Amino acid sequence: MEMLSGSHPPPHTFNNSGEGARAVPLAGHVGFDSMPDQLVNKSVNHGFCFNILCVGETGLGKSTLMDTLFNTKFEGEPTQHNQPGVTLKSNTYELQESNVRLKLTVVNTVGFGDQINKEDSYKSIVEFIDAQFEAYLQEELKIKRTLHSYHDTRIHACLYFIAPTGHSLKSLDLVTMKKLDSKVNIIPIIAKSDAISKSELAKFKIKITSELVSNGVQIYQFPTDDESVAEINSTMNSHLPFAVVGSTEEVKIGNKMVKARQYPWGTVQVENENHCDFVKLREMLIRVNMEDLREQTHTRHYELYRRCKLEEMGFKDTDPDSKPFSLQETYEAKRNEFMGELQKKEEEMRQMFVQRVKEKEAELKEAEKELHEKFDRLKKLHQDEKKKVEEKKKSLDDELNMFKQKKTAAELLQNQAQQAGGSTTLKRDKERKK
Amino acid sequence: LYFSFDYKFKNLEGYVGFANLPNQVYRKSVKRGFEFTLMVVGESGLGKSTLINSLFLTDLYSPEYPGPSHRIKKTVQVEQSKVLVKEGGVQLLLTIVDTPGFGDAVDNSNCWQPVIDYIDSKFEDYLNAESRVNRRQMPDSRVQCCLYFIAPSGHGLKPLDIEFMKRLHEKVNIIPLIAKADTMTPEECQQFKRQIMKEIQEHKIKIYEFPETDDEEEMKMIRKIKDRLPLAVVGSNTIIEVNGKRVRGRQYPWGVAEVENGEHCDFTILRNMLIRTHMQDLKDVTNNVHYENYRSRKLAAVTYNGVDNNKNKGQLTKSPLAQMEEERREHVSKMKKMEQEMEQVFEMKVKEKLQKLRDSEAELQRRHEQMKKNLEAQHRELEEKRRQHEEEKANWEAQQRILEQQKLDASR
Repeated sequence: MEMLSGSHPPPHTFNNSGEGARAVPLAGHVGFDSMPDQLVNKSVNHGFCFNILCVGETGLGKSTLMDTLFNTKFEGEPTQHNQPGVTLKSNTYELQESNVRLKLTVVNTVGFGDQINKEDSYKSIVEFIDAQFEAYLQEELKIKRTLHSYHDTRIHACLYFIAPTGHSLKSLDLVTMKKLDSKVNIIPIIAKSDAISKSELAKFKIKITSELVSNGVQIYQFPTDDESVAEINSTMNSHLPFAVVGSTEEVKIGNKMVKARQYPWGTVQVENENHCDFVKLREMLIRVNMEDLREQTHTRHYELYRRCKLEEMGFKDTDPDSKPFSLQETYEAKRNEFMGELQKKEEEMRQMFVQRVKEKEAELKEAEKELHEKFDRLKKLHQDEKKKVEEKKKSLDDELNMFKQKKTAAELLQNQAQQAGGSTTLKRDKERKK
Repeated sequence: LYFSFDYKFKNLEGYVGFANLPNQVYRKSVKRGFEFTLMVVGESGLGKSTLINSLFLTDLYSPEYPGPSHRIKKTVQVEQSKVLVKEGGVQLLLTIVDTPGFGDAVDNSNCWQPVIDYIDSKFEDYLNAESRVNRRQMPDSRVQCCLYFIAPSGHGLKPLDIEFMKRLHEKVNIIPLIAKADTMTPEECQQFKRQIMKEIQEHKIKIYEFPETDDEEEMKMIRKIKDRLPLAVVGSNTIIEVNGKRVRGRQYPWGVAEVENGEHCDFTILRNMLIRTHMQDLKDVTNNVHYENYRSRKLAAVTYNGVDNNKNKGQLTKSPLAQMEEERREHVSKMKKMEQEMEQVFEMKVKEKLQKLRDSEAELQRRHEQMKKNLEAQHRELEEKRRQHEEEKANWEAQQRILEQQKLDASR
C-alpha cells in the first residue's frame, strides 16, 4: 500500500503478480495513469523531510560541507576540541526549491574523536539514533495516533567523515561504523580531500574499501533495481568513498563565480568533477537517492529496531503451536502475564505480614508469660515472708502469754505471802527452829 | 529558521537538487504499482456491473465472470474480484467488492451486516499485519470507496438507503449514486438530487467530501461538482455510433443516451473524480481516518478490557503497552499504600499490646510494693511490741529481784 511520502511508505512491497488477479485489457483511456501524479501532488503539498547525521572528528569540515551541499549558511560556531564527551546537536531548517518544501535536520557529533579514551564515543551516537526510532515506535503504538502529521526525526543518511590521512581507516572509524551499519545508511566520505594527491587518493580509496569489507561493515549501496537509475547508481557505487571538498567562498574562474578554495599553487573548484567528488555526492545524496534513503531507513533499519524491541518485550508472532497470534491475543497474554506477577507479589506481601503478626504475637505472649512468672515468684516469696512474720508474731504472743502467766503467778504468791502476814515468815522461822 | 530559495534567479551552481524529490517519488511509485479496492452496493438491476465496466473500460463482468445481479443469492454475500490493469506504464491492481443479494429480499433487516463485517475484517487483517513483530508483505485489501446505488424512484431515499449509509459512513468513503439516470428528465433529476441531499443532511450522514485545496481553479471545480451531488450515472457495455463518433451509450427509439456526455448524465464527473483526481485521496482518507478510527476503538477495547471507557477517553493517546505500564505502576503504588496501612495497623496494635503489658506490670509491681510495705509495717510493729515486752519484762524482773532482796533482808 502506498502512503504519502510526507509520512512514510509502510513496509509493503506490492505483489506485482497480483495473486488471484487476472489481467484484463482496457478498451480505452481510463485515466488511472494519473495515480503517480496524484501521489506526487499530495506529497508536495504535504512537504518532505530529511535528516542527515554527520559523524566525524572536530575540524573535518562537516559544517562547511553541509553549507556547501545545501547552498546556505547553517547556524553554528566551530567547536573547540575540549569537549568531555560526544554530544549530538541537531538543527532543523525549512528549505524550499521550486515548489518543493523540505524540512531538513542536520545533526552534528560534537567532540567526536577528541577524548583520550574513545571507547564510548560511539555510544551517544547509537543512543541518539535509537531514540529517534523509539519516538517513532511510540507514536506508532499509540491508541490514538497521528502518523500522518508526525515530524519524522529518524536519521535517513549518515555521512561518515574520514580524516584525509591517506593511509587507512582509524580504529575509531571502524568501531563506530560497525556499530552504526545496522542502524543507519552510512555514506563514507573522505573529508578535506584537497590535502591528498590524486595518486594517493586512489590508493586511499582502495584501502578504505577493503578495510570496510574485511571488517564486515555494511555501507549504503545506491540501489540498482530501478532501470532508470541503475546505471548511474552502479557507477557511483564504485566511486565510494566520495572524496569531497567543501567551501562557501566564491572565486572568479573565467567569467563565472564558483565555489572554490584558493591556494598559491592553484584553485580547487568544489563543483569540478576532476577536482573532487562533491558533485557526485550531491547527485547521489540529494538528486537521485534521497527518497530511497528515506525508504531504506523506514523499511529496513526501523523495522529491525522495532522487531528487536518487541521481541525484547516478549512479543511473538506465533504461539507455541505455531499458530499466529491475533493482536488481541498478544495483548491479553501480556496483560495476563503481568497481572499474574502482580497478584503473586501481592500474595507474597500478605504472607509476609501474616508471618510478622504471628511472630510478634508469640513474642508478646512470651513476655506476658515471663511477667506472670516473675510476679508468681514474688508472690511466693512474699507469702513465705508473711508466714515467717506470723510465726514470729505467734512466738512473741506465746512469750507474752508466758510472761503474763508468770507475772500473774508471782503476784498471786506475793498476795498470799502478804495475807499470811508473818505466817509465811513464821512458817519460815518455825522451820528454822525445828 | 526559514531559508527561501528561488531557483529561477540563481545560476546553476545555486541549484541544490531536492526539487527532484517528487520525480524520485514518482519513479518509485510506478515501480511499486498501485492498488485500489472499490465496493459496489445496491439492489440488483440497478446497473452496477455495467457501470463498473464503463468506468474501467473493460469487461470486468462478462459471461465467464458474471456480475452480481446474475448470481442468484438467497442471502447477502460479499464477494471480491481482482483484476490487473495497466495503462501508460502504470499498473493497477483493482479489487471490486460486490454485495449480491443486498436489498433484494422481502425482509432486508440487517442486510448491511455482512457488509460491515467484511469491511471490519479487512481492517482487522491490516491491523494484525501491522502489529506483527515481523512485518513484510502487508497486503492492503481495505475497502477504499463504496459506490452506493440509489434507485431512480424520483421521490427520496428509501429507509434501507438511510439505514445503510448511517451505519457505514464512519467505516468507508461513501459515494452515493443515482443509478439509471436516463429514466429521469433533467428537472426530475434535479429535484431528486435536492431531496436526497436534504435527507442526507437531516440524518447527519457523512458522505465522502472532497478535500479543500489552496488552488482557486481546483476549488471552483470542486464546488461545481458539489452542486451536482449525488451524481446521476448511466452505464453501458455497448458502443454506438453517434454523429460519426463511436460512443458508449444506450440506444432508444428516441435517441441515444451517451454515457460520457455531460449533459446526459454525470458519469464523466464520477470517472474523473474517482479515478483521475481523487483516487489517492480516497485511499488516504481510508487509511488516516476510517482505519485509524477502527484501530483506536479496537485497541482501546483490548487495553481497557471491561474498564469503563468514559473515564479513560482523555488518555487514548497512549499505546496499549504504555497503558499496561501505567496500570502496573498504579497497582504497585496501590500495593505500597496497602502495605503502609497494614504496617500502621500492625504498629498500632503492637503498641497497644505493649502498653497493656506495661500497665499490667506496673499494677503488679504496685501491688507487690504495697504488700511489701504492709509486711514491713507488721515487722516493725512486731519489733516494737517485742521491745516493749522486753522492756516491761526487764522492769518487772528488776522489780522482782528487789522484792526478793527485801525479803531476804527481812528474814535475817
